[in-house]
Amino acid sequence: MFVLVVGGGKVGYYLAKELIEAGHEVVLMEKDPGRAAQIADDIGSIVIARDGCEGNHLAEAGCERADVVAAVTGDDEDNLVICQMAKHHFDVPRTIARVNNPKNEALFRHLGVDELISPTRMILGSIEQDIPVHELLHLAGLGGGELEIIEAQLRQGSPAIGRAAREVPMPEGCAIFAVIRDDVAVPVRPDTILTEGDKVIAIGRAECEVALHTQLIGDPDGLQPAGA
Amino acid sequence: MNIVIVGCGRVGATLAGDLDAKGHRVTIVDISTRAFERLPATFGGNAVRADEDTLRRIGAAEADVFLALTEGDNRNVMAAQLATEALEVKQVVAKINDVVRAKAYAELGIATICRTDLMTHALLGYMGLPVGPTPRIREAAPHTHPDGTSPVAAAIGGSTVGGTTVGALPTVEA
Repeated sequence: MFVLVVGGGKVGYYLAKELIEAGHEVVLMEKDPGRAAQIADDIGSIVIARDGCEGNHLAEAGCERADVVAAVTGDDEDNLVICQMAKHHFDVPRTIARVNNPKNEALFRHLGVDELISPTRMILGSIEQDIPVHELLHLAGLGGGELEIIEAQLRQGSPAIGRAAREVPMPEGCAIFAVIRDDVAVPVRPDTILTEGDKVIAIGRAECEVALHTQLIGDPDGLQPAGA
Repeated sequence: MNIVIVGCGRVGATLAGDLDAKGHRVTIVDISTRAFERLPATFGGNAVRADEDTLRRIGAAEADVFLALTEGDNRNVMAAQLATEALEVKQVVAKINDVVRAKAYAELGIATICRTDLMTHALLGYMGLPVGPTPRIREAAPHTHPDGTSPVAAAIGGSTVGGTTVGALPTVEA
């Protein structure tokens, strides 16, 4: 595969290195000549000291035959423009953007960027998994982020306790698909009775989160702080 | 008219002052409050320190005209697309000084103004050299296709929110 990486910061540098090791053809664009030379010393002459936001520079780098363009600079605006130019101007089949501000994710997706990597979101996700403040944990995003796998631990007061799975009203497009009980994953059948302490794994659309919270944890307004 | 200007540089500040003096409702946005020192002392509009996140909160969705005039081409591109796609502002202009990008984004449905074009044209004309027609704001493709999809999303393809009203996107709920 030919991968064009734009942005020679830490992410771009290690990404290019890993891709080369995996046997892919890589070109890295880095606009700062000093940084570009430094990387070239290390990984060879695949570095182009040019700004990947400029159309002609992308062309020089062989953008039109790239299988993937990965825009991983530290600026969301630049990453968006690089992906849009790649898609629209050079017909690149797959574009990946690093998104630093999670609030930009929806816009980027809407504007056609195929894949988003959000370091902020990832770290946030890890923190939330360690410290369950909201009691509703995001385990993973699916299908370009429209679907989420969430985990909810049923505590005292949860309206789902004592009910069979089929009796828990699920928002449309959401489903409970497993329960973790005493650290063992139990598949959920319609007549599985949910009990206190169960970790319910559900999959659903991102916007159903509030409804899921209401059904599995309780009223979101009555949210209990961690450890309470 | 209700006008939102992003970027309080020389052009943004001068334009904001002019429009305000003519009685329009002007909101000017910059990430640095120092930039507002460029505004004329008589300026009676809103000057808001904000980034793209907060555009909706300042009421950009109600704007008749949205002008992205910061010093960064890409920042303007992103702000303009946010205004067009998420806030559904009808008249949106982005300043893009790179000629190639200006053209590319005009094709994608963003009206663009290119300082490079304007100045080159003016200087060639001053020297008495042959010039083409005066560069104008490069008109955008019509904002919406008959089927309701936006040209940006359609041209690029692969929108994962097909079928969703653009306004329903949760982009800028801060």
